[in-house]
Amino acid sequence: MDSKKKNNKAWFLVLPVVFVVAFTAIIPLMAVANYSLQDIQGASNRLFVGLDFFKRVATDPNIQDAFVRNLNLSIQILFIQIPLGIFLARLMPRSGWKASAALVVMAIPLIIPWNVVGTTWRIFTRGDIGLGGVLVNQFFDYNLSEDTTDAWVTILVMDTWHWTPLVTLLVYAGLRSIPQAYYQAAAIDGASPMAVFRFVELPKLKRVLMIALLLRFMDSFMMYTEPFVVTGGGPGSSTQTLSILLTTIAIGQFDLGVAGAFSLMYFLFIQIFSFIFFTVLTLDERPGATKVTPKDKKAAKQEKQPNKVSSKLKKVQK
Amino acid sequence: MTTMMATSAAGKKTSRFHFDLRSWLFWLIMAVWALPVVWLISMSLRDNADILAKFEVIPSEISFTGYIKFFEDPSWIGSYMNSVTYTILNMVLSLIVALPAAYAFSRYTFSGDKHLFFWLLTNRMAPAAVFLLPFFQLYQSLDLFDTALGVALAHMLFNVPLAVWILEGFMSGVPKQLDEIAEIDGYKFPRFFLTIFIPMIRSGIGVTAFFLFMFSWVELLIARTITATAAKPIAAQMTRTISASGIDWSLLSAAGVMTILPGVLVIWFVRNYIAKGFALGRV
Repeated sequence: MDSKKKNNKAWFLVLPVVFVVAFTAIIPLMAVANYSLQDIQGASNRLFVGLDFFKRVATDPNIQDAFVRNLNLSIQILFIQIPLGIFLARLMPRSGWKASAALVVMAIPLIIPWNVVGTTWRIFTRGDIGLGGVLVNQFFDYNLSEDTTDAWVTILVMDTWHWTPLVTLLVYAGLRSIPQAYYQAAAIDGASPMAVFRFVELPKLKRVLMIALLLRFMDSFMMYTEPFVVTGGGPGSSTQTLSILLTTIAIGQFDLGVAGAFSLMYFLFIQIFSFIFFTVLTLDERPGATKVTPKDKKAAKQEKQPNKVSSKLKKVQK
Repeated sequence: MTTMMATSAAGKKTSRFHFDLRSWLFWLIMAVWALPVVWLISMSLRDNADILAKFEVIPSEISFTGYIKFFEDPSWIGSYMNSVTYTILNMVLSLIVALPAAYAFSRYTFSGDKHLFFWLLTNRMAPAAVFLLPFFQLYQSLDLFDTALGVALAHMLFNVPLAVWILEGFMSGVPKQLDEIAEIDGYKFPRFFLTIFIPMIRSGIGVTAFFLFMFSWVELLIARTITATAAKPIAAQMTRTISASGIDWSLLSAAGVMTILPGVLVIWFVRNYIAKGFALGRV
């Protein structure tokens, strides 16, 4: 970090990226801001309406419902996929052709186009021609186009199938970076498997897990294609995510003002969330940050112990 | 892992037993994981009438009608090639702009570098749905609507920040002394960068290319919105399969298998680097 040269000419190397991202991100975002503040009836008929559209979005019951629904979905996804991802990563073979094979099988769901993930699951869960649908129907009545619970569970299972491998691969990479000596030391100390996980693996995985958590939250909060293909957001609006609703308003109804305001608020929510996460994530990498190292903790303990002893002595004396 | 460790002290036999149990559990889960894709493959190898007539776990009749239709109909194979075209175009363009930028971030500090880096990353976190309308209008006014170049440019929105992020990690792993020695030896920057530095980080470029390919290949929403017929992606073609006679499941499954193939090929080539790429925490 410190050995990097200060050189403002480096901006020339960054310029192409800045131009590209300006073209693909800034200009469109300005257009969105433009929609959100004006009521555009035609090319010459525009009315500045200020924050009216924002108020409408904030009070719209459909959008509020979609927000709560999507947040709920994201939280459930995190609670299932993070532990399952860790579990699978710890089971994965570490070397040889088995490790390669496991990596490839694990990574396959990640490289399937999102709509094909949807298509695959639509076929798989059908009651007449799908293996999954037929199997589940043996035990209880399953119909994802009529029953809201079935649809919800299907989306959850599909997303778990699709994205748990990402968590697994991240954790797997993190686990591989732990030196074997740590495990040997733990074995000598007679640590239980739980203790090894809690005190050896978990601290080393902290960074990787934060990234997994962040990515899974973001992506599930922006989910569109898979539920769109499988359920179309239904039955009713039971699996309608924020992105599906926004796309309906923007492209389906062409309601520019509401879509613009909705987009900006949606965008900002994710930006603020990612900023907080990014800050927390890089907190202990900053030079000025106060960081409690294991040494400090030990020192603190040692300082405390004499007090304890002395207080015990006092008790004995009494 | 841990149970293996604990029992290895007790004796070899028990440790082997434990290892097997864990291994069996893992491969059992993997088998379940593979089921939906296996089912897709089995559907793609059956005739549509056969699929609708009876439910079979193991197909009794193998038929390639789905694949034949896929390769004979220009709207299917054509849209498939469209997807390949814009994905490769996006990969090349993203790498060209991201390589110098990643070098700048890994070697120098400059005014506003941290803010710029974070701002780039935020674009990876932006919901695609937000950009639909402006993209639609912007690309139409620039004559980029319904072109492969247009889709490639639009996908750079999330792929360029990602490329900069991954490449910066790999470049930081190359010692700075290399740059200094090259400078003393009289190498000018462009020559050093192209003939020495880039070959040094080729595995990093491979991993980056894999992720660029992956995210451009799997994206549907933007690609569908800014194309109509000429550059229509295979993903959009697949959402329009309902005809008068219902859905052609055989053709749809065959198309699905075809879209999985390139990814599997790419993954096989970079399998040894994937874990490393993930280890950098850069995805």
